[in-house]
Amino acid sequence: MTNNLSILSLLVRNEPAVLTRISSLIARRGFNIDSLAVGETHDRSISRMTITFRGDEYVKDQIVKQISKLHDVIKAELMDVTEMVARELLLVKVEAKNGQRGEIVQAAQVFGANIIELSQESLTLEMSGEVSKVTEFIEFLKPYGIAELCRTGTTALGKGQYILN
Amino acid sequence: MKISGAQIVIETLIEQGVEMVFGYPGGAVIDIFDALDRSRDRLNYTVSCHEQGAAHAADGYARSTGKTGVVMATSGPGATNLVTGIATAYLDSTPLVAITGNVAQSLMGKDSFQEVDIRGITMPITKHNYLVQDINKLADIIREAFAIANSGRPGPVLIDIPKDIQVGECEFIPGKPNGSKYKTRVKEEELERAMKLINEAERPIIYAGGGIVSSDATEELLQFADLIDAPIGSSMMGLSAVPHDHPKRLGMTGMHGKLAASKAMSMSDLVVAIGTRFSDRATGNKKEFTKGRKFLHIDIDPAEIGKNIPAYVSLVGDVKQVLTMLNDKLEKTMRVEWHNEIEEVKEHPDSRLEMDDSRLNPQMVIEAVREFTGDDEVVATDVGQHQMWVSQYYKFSKPRTLLTSGGLGTMGFGMGAAIGAAIGSKKRTVLFTGDGSFHMNMNELATAVSNQLPIVIIIMNNNALGMVRQWQTLFFDKRYAGTTLNRRTDFVKFAEALGATGYRVEDKDNLNDTLEKAFQTEGPVIVEALIFNDEKVLPMIPPGRSIKDVIIKG
Ligand SMILES: Cc1ncc(C[n+]2csc(CCOP(=O)(O)OP(=O)(O)O)c2C)c(N)n1
Repeated sequence: MTNNLSILSLLVRNEPAVLTRISSLIARRGFNIDSLAVGETHDRSISRMTITFRGDEYVKDQIVKQISKLHDVIKAELMDVTEMVARELLLVKVEAKNGQRGEIVQAAQVFGANIIELSQESLTLEMSGEVSKVTEFIEFLKPYGIAELCRTGTTALGKGQYILN
Repeated sequence: MKISGAQIVIETLIEQGVEMVFGYPGGAVIDIFDALDRSRDRLNYTVSCHEQGAAHAADGYARSTGKTGVVMATSGPGATNLVTGIATAYLDSTPLVAITGNVAQSLMGKDSFQEVDIRGITMPITKHNYLVQDINKLADIIREAFAIANSGRPGPVLIDIPKDIQVGECEFIPGKPNGSKYKTRVKEEELERAMKLINEAERPIIYAGGGIVSSDATEELLQFADLIDAPIGSSMMGLSAVPHDHPKRLGMTGMHGKLAASKAMSMSDLVVAIGTRFSDRATGNKKEFTKGRKFLHIDIDPAEIGKNIPAYVSLVGDVKQVLTMLNDKLEKTMRVEWHNEIEEVKEHPDSRLEMDDSRLNPQMVIEAVREFTGDDEVVATDVGQHQMWVSQYYKFSKPRTLLTSGGLGTMGFGMGAAIGAAIGSKKRTVLFTGDGSFHMNMNELATAVSNQLPIVIIIMNNNALGMVRQWQTLFFDKRYAGTTLNRRTDFVKFAEALGATGYRVEDKDNLNDTLEKAFQTEGPVIVEALIFNDEKVLPMIPPGRSIKDVIIKG
């Protein structure tokens, strides 16, 4: 059984309850999802969702077919991971003590993170990157004391002409 | 012209070809009922005793006629009472449109009187559902609901209409039903692969499901069976698709299927499964079920392919259209050896299951009833042993004549379904039920009386929840927990009390005379047949097991 992370992209009608329809379907069919990110597209009547999940070939096949049956789902496609770019956004607040700030700022540069808020007690950083990169950065920050953090979950787009419509 | 939301509901239903609404009134649908009543010359309605009964009636109407059933209920308890009926329709893919009223939008989300989120509640048991929030969209939502209920694999759709939408007004532009848009798109190479599989098989068997019935594909199926010279086994939902006297018919397969049918499945090297979803009740142990054979799966719902049984080749489409494509290409084959093997299995003494005829038994009752019924009269059942006996012994001749809750197994389905069928088919309808199931919704006899419906209700009274009792006998050392209820119900008096007619038969010698009287009675009539409480449904493949473990003797 291969339980690699898969990425499913959806175009859905931007109707009330559409998120509930999808998440409740996923729950009752027993699929395990890692993340779900959703937002409007350039066409306000359509939203795009990116769902990451683990499962074997059977799960991959069923999740696409079952979700495709929902009336509000316009398109459901498993992304070809070699032909896409995927990013996740991280916001993290670190309890940076005096004397540690320099190290954190340096690391932020290496990881490509930005400092977006500074206070006496803490430092808030933003970073976008592949999931593994984001996880790595969080691991690095842990010893300094993470007050809180937010991850959006993965979003993904196909490369070049690989367009979902 | 501006009309009210309630009137828009009625006008759109009429426009969609609806002739009958099943339902029950209440504060949150009072406006729609008012509009309905004022249009009664164009759109009729039947009020049940309980919304569940109305939902099953709409379902039975749909199953027997092929048209979309419509059910209407008020908010809160009215809406929740529909839930079992909607789920029953969902699991058996019946086209149904359920309309519920709800409190005004200004009261929503505040736990107002009789407010429930019926959209949320029915999300997992509908193909789609709506909460109408804009009166300008009402007509199109109803039109879309009918299109969804009917397109592809049919199923229920619910529309929740808040009070303020019903009483509001807007411009109504008449429309038309947007006929089925479904088109089968099977590729040439897929057809070729399927044909190759069929031609290479030595012992193919057809496994026909409810999809044959809903796609009206009996003729195509029989031609296909003839061309590839294969016997036909059926799921319970597919039983009425093949006439009882057809030489290729094996009958039902699975847990309580005919022995010959289940055996033939296990001897085959190719199963051509058509319009079926391989329920666990039909397959038993999947490993054994699939061992040594390939599957060609034909179904309109792509999600069914590979869901329960891996398909070697699959064709996704309307089964009538797919079968026509295959039939056009196939050349007639003869499989004499396979044919002889099947005949041998059919002739085997174990395959002729007959019940002990020293006493009044279910087989006798069912066969005797058949002497009084025409080929196109509908038979509804409830759930339990009697349902299996009907599946085994009733001689079905035409599609849509068996109405039974296959997927959800809803006790209490039968009475409502029979009402819907009697109204839809405008013919006498028979209900086979058990004492347990009948007790669930026997209130609906009052509905049948009010409408003077010709329904013959055969209650197989074994004084037990027989199907569960059978499991307890076989698998729980005869501990009959909760299944011997000592009811004191006098069904004859009950019938009379509600304004119907009642008969009781205890002795096999009186069976024919009693049925004769019952079938001459106008309006609804109950025949209570007292049967032995340890009568078994046999054969039985125990749950999760295979034909190797079949039980054939009681
Ligand atoms: C609503 C509902 N509740 C419980 C069950 C479980 N169940 C399945 S068969 C059965 C017994 C049915 O008894 P009866 O209607 O008397 O029929 P019989 O088996 O005796 O023919 C029960 C309780 C069910 N299928 N549906």
